Amino acid sequence: MIRGRRRRVAPVAADYHQPGTRLLDVNDLKTYFRTPRGMVRAVDGVSLTLDRGKTLGLVGESGCGKSVLSRSIMGLLPSTAERTGEIIFASERLDTMGPEALRDYWGTQLAMVFQDPMTSLNPVMRIGRQITESLEVHTDMDKNQARDTALALLRSVHIPEAERRLDQYPHELSGGMRQRVVIAVALACGPQLLFADEPTTALDVTVQAQILDLLSEQQRERQMAVVLVSHDLGVVAGRTQEIAVMYAGQIVEQAPTQVLFSEVRMPYTEALLRSVPRLENASHTRLAVIGGRPPDLIDPPAGCRFAARCPYVQPRCLEEQPPLQEADTPGHLYRCWYPVGTPAGTEALERNLAAQLPQAEAAVSGELAVEAS
Amino acid sequence: MPEPKVDVTADVGGAPELPSLTPITTVQPVDLVRADGGVPLTGAAARRGKLGVMGILSMSWLVLIVALAVLAPILPIEDPNKIIASIARQPPGTDGHILGGDVLGRDMLSRLIWGARASLLIGTLSVLLGLVLGGLLGLVAGYFRGRWDNILTGGFDILLSFPQLILALTLVTVFASGAGTTYGVRMSVLILALGVVSIPVLGRITRANTLSWCQREFVLAARALGAKQREIMFKEVLPNVLPAMFSIALLGVAVVIVAEGGLSLLGVGTPLPTPSWGNIIAEGRAELRNAPHIVIEPTIVIFLTVFALNYLGDVVRARFDVRESAL
Repeated sequence: MIRGRRRRVAPVAADYHQPGTRLLDVNDLKTYFRTPRGMVRAVDGVSLTLDRGKTLGLVGESGCGKSVLSRSIMGLLPSTAERTGEIIFASERLDTMGPEALRDYWGTQLAMVFQDPMTSLNPVMRIGRQITESLEVHTDMDKNQARDTALALLRSVHIPEAERRLDQYPHELSGGMRQRVVIAVALACGPQLLFADEPTTALDVTVQAQILDLLSEQQRERQMAVVLVSHDLGVVAGRTQEIAVMYAGQIVEQAPTQVLFSEVRMPYTEALLRSVPRLENASHTRLAVIGGRPPDLIDPPAGCRFAARCPYVQPRCLEEQPPLQEADTPGHLYRCWYPVGTPAGTEALERNLAAQLPQAEAAVSGELAVEAS
Repeated sequence: MPEPKVDVTADVGGAPELPSLTPITTVQPVDLVRADGGVPLTGAAARRGKLGVMGILSMSWLVLIVALAVLAPILPIEDPNKIIASIARQPPGTDGHILGGDVLGRDMLSRLIWGARASLLIGTLSVLLGLVLGGLLGLVAGYFRGRWDNILTGGFDILLSFPQLILALTLVTVFASGAGTTYGVRMSVLILALGVVSIPVLGRITRANTLSWCQREFVLAARALGAKQREIMFKEVLPNVLPAMFSIALLGVAVVIVAEGGLSLLGVGTPLPTPSWGNIIAEGRAELRNAPHIVIEPTIVIFLTVFALNYLGDVVRARFDVRESAL
């Protein structure tokens, strides 16, 4: 078998290396999973774009489709999934490509950092081998060159004593070190677009910042676009140019990072923001929670998907699904009939408070209630 | 003996934690299906994956019998087929024959050493066959799932539903008995028959382990880096599954050695006059009352060998668990 002798790198368009040009264009992406109970609409009509070198934050609670969305874009779905919609990466249609053609993109153009460094490294393979593996598949490097490159990569992700680490096994490294290795593996072939799927969720808070800084640093050096998936608005706040908030398989609000935090429109985003713990709060302040659970994705509600948990909910929300509409600021999209911070929204909240709707009362009192324990 | 520890990290295909049934008696699939090898035979050493005193003794015993078997032709021992009338049925020590003589007056020590050749050859080769074929099929079934899995698991189940000894017996009887059967043909068919019997056992273990390892993110990570299915299967998944396969294979060798003895008793084992541990017992059983040493000696040899293989299988399994739980 002639392996690694042929350069397995996908062709790229000419304008591709210009910074700021469109790298990824996703149109009406839908990913459904066939299950015995019916179709699970994990991603239900998502459109987004990403320019080269930019970072998009993908935020939402567990099960809202963040991970499935990034895996759908990459084409890494199990056989029970059905995907429709358009995915254009560097002027090429990824959605119509078969797995054979996609393999030329995986690793060299698109790469992914997984959530749990405990399981995303092969426990019986030395660190060095895990990095050189893909180098040898995708490039002409021989063993020695690949090893030198692996060493350089480990150094670039700030792993001390990199030389020694090459011959160690994953279990000999700490969680943070392992995640650095995972990042080095993902960066090995110089991808243009990196999906970081909750890269810090499994890590210590003290290590989280280091790993995120490392990602930002590598991104700057490599002019790489990043999709940063997280359930934590705090994580994505300082490190993204744009944020998309997902709920029940749909994007419910999307805006440049600054705008999203200053002009929240969607009640779900507001609730997420409120549930972030704040330093200025007294200790033992009870964290604000979003009551209830996300809707069943097999049979989603006819109206707004957040309606059942929304403090602003009105009869219209239960019947008609709000479209993704543009706010005053260009590039700010939201999906709501009674947006936060508008007269319609304020009025809706007051009406719900008057009717003593539990989630409305919780939303208001959550900002005031300080438990005196 | 300390309380048997239920090891929660041993996700070797969800094999049930049965009480210790050492696979010494017959070729029951249940003995092999216990991927974890059951409760370690002795001590904490095996549980920690260290060799320990027992491990070193087991290893030494295996090295000894393998060495003797290999070196049999140049060892200063009697010809195993030479009949010395004076030591027939005589107990150990008679006329300088350490282990005595058999029914016909052949030197027992020499027959046991030469018998190790046949027994070990059949044991290792048939398990190797099962390991390669069963392992490959199990890997494919566990990795690709779906239709392949259904077909292959169905096949394993069909094979397992035959009583194993009867299946082997039938295969040997049909393909290698009767007048014109040469020694080579009989041995090959024996190895094939016992190999076929071990395919489903090893296949199921491999499949179960493959299933659980394929859930790990590193398999998806390898795909995301553009690795081919075949590469993922053999480079990422197989090395993780190997320890379990190897641990079961060690037990399998023990089981096959015993099974060959069973076939010998039924008259379709290693053809006489070539000795195997099994057919020495088969030949001697008629004289059990007058000359019990003829049966007891090979029985002890088989027991020690099976014990050593079981113990080392446990050590391998424990080592593999430790590595996994460390992650």
